[in-house]
Amino acid sequence: MTEVVATGGTPWLTLVLILPLLGVLATLLAHESMSRQIALGTSLVTFVASLPLWFVFDNGTAGMQFVEKHLWIDSPAIHYALGVDGISMPLVLLTTFLTPLCILVSWTAIETRMKEFLISLLVMETATIGVFVALDFVLFYIFWETMLIPMYLLIGVWGGPNRIYAAIKFFLYTLAGSILLLVAILVLYFEGGRTFDILALTHASYAPSLQALLFWAFFAAFAVKVPMFPFHTWLPDAHVQAPTAGSVILASVLLKLGTYGFLRFSLPMLPDASVAYTPIIMILSVIAIIYGAYMALAQSDIKKLIAYSSVSHMGFVTLGIFALNAQGIEGAVLQMINHGITTGALFMCVGIIYERTHSREISENGGLANAMPKYATFLVIFALSSVGLPGMNSFVGEFLVLIGVFAWDKLTATVAALGIILAAVYILYLVQRIVYGPASPKMLPRLTDLNSREFGMLVPLVVLVFWIGLYPKPLLDVMHASVKRVVATQSASVIVQQNGMAKDPALVMSNVLPSAASLPLDIEAAP
Amino acid sequence: MSIPFADLVTIIPELLVVGIACLILVLDPITPTHKKDFLAWMSLGVLGVCALVTMSGFGGSAMAFSGLVLVDAYAAFWKLLLYLVSGLTILLSMSYLKEEKIDLAEYYAFVLLALAGMMVMVSGADLLTIYLGIELMSITLYIMAGFKRFEARSIEASAKYFVLGAFSSGILLYGISLLFGVTGSTRLTEIAAAVNGSALDDPLMLLALMLIIVGFGFKVAAVPFHMWTPDVYEGAPTSVTAFMAVASKAASFAAFLRVLLEAFGGVKPHWNVLILGVCLVTVALGNLVAIVQTNVKRMLAYSSIAHAGYALVGVVVAGWVGTAADISSRGVSSLMLYLAIYSFMTLGAFAMVAMLRKGGLEGEEIEDFTGLAKRHKGGAFLMMVFMVSLAGIPPTAGFIGKFYLFMAAVNAGLAWLAIFGLIFAAISAFYYLRIVMVMYMREPSPEQEKHTRLVLSPQVSVVLAFALVGVVFLGIFPGPLVSIADLSVIPISSLK
Repeated sequence: MTEVVATGGTPWLTLVLILPLLGVLATLLAHESMSRQIALGTSLVTFVASLPLWFVFDNGTAGMQFVEKHLWIDSPAIHYALGVDGISMPLVLLTTFLTPLCILVSWTAIETRMKEFLISLLVMETATIGVFVALDFVLFYIFWETMLIPMYLLIGVWGGPNRIYAAIKFFLYTLAGSILLLVAILVLYFEGGRTFDILALTHASYAPSLQALLFWAFFAAFAVKVPMFPFHTWLPDAHVQAPTAGSVILASVLLKLGTYGFLRFSLPMLPDASVAYTPIIMILSVIAIIYGAYMALAQSDIKKLIAYSSVSHMGFVTLGIFALNAQGIEGAVLQMINHGITTGALFMCVGIIYERTHSREISENGGLANAMPKYATFLVIFALSSVGLPGMNSFVGEFLVLIGVFAWDKLTATVAALGIILAAVYILYLVQRIVYGPASPKMLPRLTDLNSREFGMLVPLVVLVFWIGLYPKPLLDVMHASVKRVVATQSASVIVQQNGMAKDPALVMSNVLPSAASLPLDIEAAP
Repeated sequence: MSIPFADLVTIIPELLVVGIACLILVLDPITPTHKKDFLAWMSLGVLGVCALVTMSGFGGSAMAFSGLVLVDAYAAFWKLLLYLVSGLTILLSMSYLKEEKIDLAEYYAFVLLALAGMMVMVSGADLLTIYLGIELMSITLYIMAGFKRFEARSIEASAKYFVLGAFSSGILLYGISLLFGVTGSTRLTEIAAAVNGSALDDPLMLLALMLIIVGFGFKVAAVPFHMWTPDVYEGAPTSVTAFMAVASKAASFAAFLRVLLEAFGGVKPHWNVLILGVCLVTVALGNLVAIVQTNVKRMLAYSSIAHAGYALVGVVVAGWVGTAADISSRGVSSLMLYLAIYSFMTLGAFAMVAMLRKGGLEGEEIEDFTGLAKRHKGGAFLMMVFMVSLAGIPPTAGFIGKFYLFMAAVNAGLAWLAIFGLIFAAISAFYYLRIVMVMYMREPSPEQEKHTRLVLSPQVSVVLAFALVGVVFLGIFPGPLVSIADLSVIPISSLK
């Protein structure tokens, strides 16, 4: 299998990384009144520049594509090395897709220091994309940490009443998590043949005892970001206090960094440890699913409810990853995208209503179906998507995850499936209260329906919800080869586990999802 | 007795600096008040000339005055750093002293004299030379700390610094004399030979070694010899504080490391555990106590203690037994890199404190920074960059410094030390970010809005620009400085 697929010509990834920074410069120089247009313009250009990643992408290979590699620091050799595979490419697109929406959603919601806000958002975009495309561990870590500062400012400057507490909690939590990651990177350098090249480090093999230490070092960093139970406590605070755009970035992109880390580093580099500690991760994931759902059930603040639902949904992602088979991992990657779209959309919906009523209390936001019919329609679509209604995006992802987990352990899959039922309970209960309940007379005059800007930014999300829900093949095709390689790195012990399950997931899908019956969903079980 | 001309050539920079310092003292009384800036520019000029001289000889190694002075790449590296830091201090002082109304020209002479002391320290190849350098530097700094002579706090700082500094110099000298008694020499190379040949557990030798470590511990402000630091840093004029925190610390570390490695390189087991202990408590205490400070200068004082602790990681690695020579030299070069980076970010932070004026006073309380981002976007941004860098968060130079230090530690098999240091680096983010927090996330009271302002004279802008470029450029392109540091380590063949 070729490691690196050279794609000569335009350095698309550098372009995607640089454009937001150019936008920062332009925004800085622009007049305050024009800053939004300029930032939106750059983020749209960045999105367009990222499209070739999708269209030129070669589905047939698991190797890195669009690779760029230049020596950056000679001693020790640290490279400016970029590249994407089927796992990171969709995440890059998700980021470039959501950033313009984040700027749109903040168009009027942010009333002070617009310029600084937009600059923070654009820096955030570069840093998150950087994490997904970095092929050098030091470069990865630099992007990984850099994003803390703009996020800290986004929450702390433009957030809610308790924003300072939430910002510092977010910052210290994630910084503390990354300590062991940095040490692990340094240890890997010396153990893996004196290189920071992620691909080379992936190919080196490490003693099981070292793998165990490294696994938990990685775990500390990634589990905080996901966040996995019991490291999730920063999330509700950060989400509730952050401005809408901050919440969207946080939920849609930032949380994915943790699960991406597991996929890119923990699994391929530390296969033995990953297998050995799978039960622990599985248990934590199931706890996160059930606990997050229960907590969501008890919330009276809409944003907090969605924040806890994130904990629950991300539990599915880690569950799928550590099922260590093709279905589970593909489901997990898909679910990462889905969660980014659906939860991002839900946070936008909350932001829209908050801008009108200045309240996020469920009890104060009732009867939206009558007052804001267009809004209510969107909200219900995204809510159902979050529940995992067949035909919508989350269904496909959650279903694949559950198939994967079922192969690993039936009981785990059964308990995890309860999470979906609970999701239906808390989401539908939320919808019932705010969409169909009686409108508070105090709020009624403020409930104006969506304007064209808001309408325009929700439509693309709806399109994605149904596209992935009804025809996920193109997206899954992109992932196949890369996911297969991740699975292949797993040691024999997993394959033994998988022998009991040779059922073709395409077959399974076609039984459940009639519209997909004709699709050649050629997800293959691991060899 | 005549001094050979060749020896004088090796110390041209020192001679120039001392000469100009004396010239300033002579010219001061006869220069009209409105032209006194000229003297400051003159001292900047001599620094430029010295930098050229030192750079032109970079890479060579020359012994002078029958083994008392050694001008090698290691010395040259530190000298270049010291010129830069002193130059920036002078620029900062030009505005700061005017604001404080203490703009006396002898100040610049003192800066140059202290610098001369530091230069002697970094190129001393004999304990007595190093001691002379330390004394020249320290005595000058005692005076500078009390330069706000009408302010009780400044006088107190000066007196306190003097008493404790003299005490520590005494300890150091006592150690040197004991060592002379045991080994019969004060030359580093001869001590090394004697130490290697003698019984390793000679109690006198151990006592001498301990006293020397304690003496240097005072100078670099390592715990538990740090007690003077917060009070002196708080009381001294801020430009002097910056100079002390950066230049005197760098020079002391340079001499400390040279003494440890060149004289005691053969008996590493006798001192590395002691240094390790000092390193651990310094990192821990510096960072923990900094959290509760409300005065920025005091906070930065504890932060400078903590950074001394991080730099000691480099010393620990250099002295770790059983590590290959290239790993030891990595410890040395990472320390050099760290202190160079530390200089930029600390100078920048102190320059901001010095120039944030509250009425006629400097805004040295953390509260004074409240809402600065509203009134002075650029200033607040600069301060944020310095704070982020001090906390060691990429993409700033502070991260690069820590990266190389802890990489050296992991290489020497001290991964746990790296974890320890990084945990406290994360803790330090709490107090550094508090300044970012008050600047960006708090609303200033109307009174604060009225009274606090940021004075950005051209000179201070240059200082801040240098600091910013240093912090950002070295954060993104550390390569050149890393190579220079690698080239400038103490010749490893002399290490055992």
